[in-house]
Amino acid sequence: MASAALPSSAVSLRDAVALSGRFPLLAGVDLEVAVGETVLVEGPNGAGKTSLLRVCAGLVPLASGHLAVLGLDPTRHRTVVRRRVGLLSHASHLYDDLTVRENVRFAVRAAGGDTARIEPACDRWGLVGRLAKTSAGKLSAGQRRRVALAVLTARWPEVWLLDEPHAGLDVAARALLDQAVTEAAASGVTVLIASHESGPVEQLATRAVTVTGGRVTAERSLAGAAPDAGAPAASATPAAPAAPAAPVTPAAPVTTAAPSTPHAEVAHVA
Amino acid sequence: MWRDAALVAGKDLRIEGRSRVGLSQVAPFGIVALVLFAFALGPDRDVMAKGAPGLFWVAILFCTVLAIQRSVSVESSDGARDGLRLSGIDPAGLFLGKATAVAAQLVVLELLLGTGVVVLYGARIEVAWMIVVSCVLGTIGLAATGTLYGALSSGLRVRETLLPFLFLPIAAPVLLAGTRVFQAAMAGGTPSDGLQWLRLLALFDVVYVAVGIVLFGPIQETA
Repeated sequence: MASAALPSSAVSLRDAVALSGRFPLLAGVDLEVAVGETVLVEGPNGAGKTSLLRVCAGLVPLASGHLAVLGLDPTRHRTVVRRRVGLLSHASHLYDDLTVRENVRFAVRAAGGDTARIEPACDRWGLVGRLAKTSAGKLSAGQRRRVALAVLTARWPEVWLLDEPHAGLDVAARALLDQAVTEAAASGVTVLIASHESGPVEQLATRAVTVTGGRVTAERSLAGAAPDAGAPAASATPAAPAAPAAPVTPAAPVTTAAPSTPHAEVAHVA
Repeated sequence: MWRDAALVAGKDLRIEGRSRVGLSQVAPFGIVALVLFAFALGPDRDVMAKGAPGLFWVAILFCTVLAIQRSVSVESSDGARDGLRLSGIDPAGLFLGKATAVAAQLVVLELLLGTGVVVLYGARIEVAWMIVVSCVLGTIGLAATGTLYGALSSGLRVRETLLPFLFLPIAAPVLLAGTRVFQAAMAGGTPSDGLQWLRLLALFDVVYVAVGIVLFGPIQETA
């Protein structure tokens, strides 16, 4: 949930190096993402986009460099940071033997989320009726993706890390996703979208950074659908929906929540 | 921590209830093991009764390996383990939840195999409370160590073969103490001899539950 005393930077990476064994996943990334900004991370396959998001989610530790997420060191404040960050990855993180509804409920409760948001989120992604009671193991890849998105929108964390978010989704679901991202950005959520197909997601972002060989090698401005980067709006103003969807209550307005975390603390690994 | 533990235990038991791996694979495996032990010992009922305590715990130990592997594999598919890490769930709660779910399955197996030992081996129980306490303490110890070593091996490609290699030597005190308590509590045993072994089981439980609560988080991050 957004906080009144948020740091100006939602994600701050300086000279960040991450390794998998001896293989460099990130080779010195410098990136600042302001609170409320929507940034497209583009680049070819294997460039380090997924690794960058996993580092931001605190799943991959830095071998050297600095990392702060919402002003916090993800290594020291692991639980706090992870509960304020949501990662939509290639995996859906679902249990095959649980139903769709049970999976969403478990994920939201495990993250300390508000269970009242589960129903609207499932409605938004069309996870209703018989489908809601279907075991996740019987779902198609696109349906699994919808469940993962339902978890994300039910949790509505402060930072959304979306890895190839359109992958596996049909046209209607892509439109729903675009609408959700637009709503999130409007409510002050910071969004990082990694994609090798920049076209479909360019309209959502205000800035694009290109990752090549584990480094940020280029940057450009985009028109984007989000409000001013770094100055998030206090209320959600979703773009015209391309498909019918139940509104999801966005995070608490940025001007009303109490400060809960220290400022500008960064991970520093020598 | 307790809320997270209950959440995880409920999830694991629900999955187990749906998949019925324990009922359809682990329990039959335990019964087959008991029957094979009986074949190996021959038709002498006295020999079988004497061997019953050790064979019961060996069968439970093997079943524990299967239950732990199942518990680990549930988190291995579709990045579920990363999902748990990303949720910010309390690692101590996660450890206790997963260990509780394994323990619940072991209790059912112990009831089943205990009945099998009485029926197949003709074992006669003299001090029932001692048997019950040793089973409770042994279950806690096996579930705690199994969950801990399961997490340790979870990130490795060779986890199916590595887990028994890591777990069985560590669980040897449970096998030894459990067997001794059963011997003391069965016909021909000396009940007072079992008390020191019960204390050993209790100490083992305290150590491994504490170690699990403290180390499960770091192990999960690095495994």
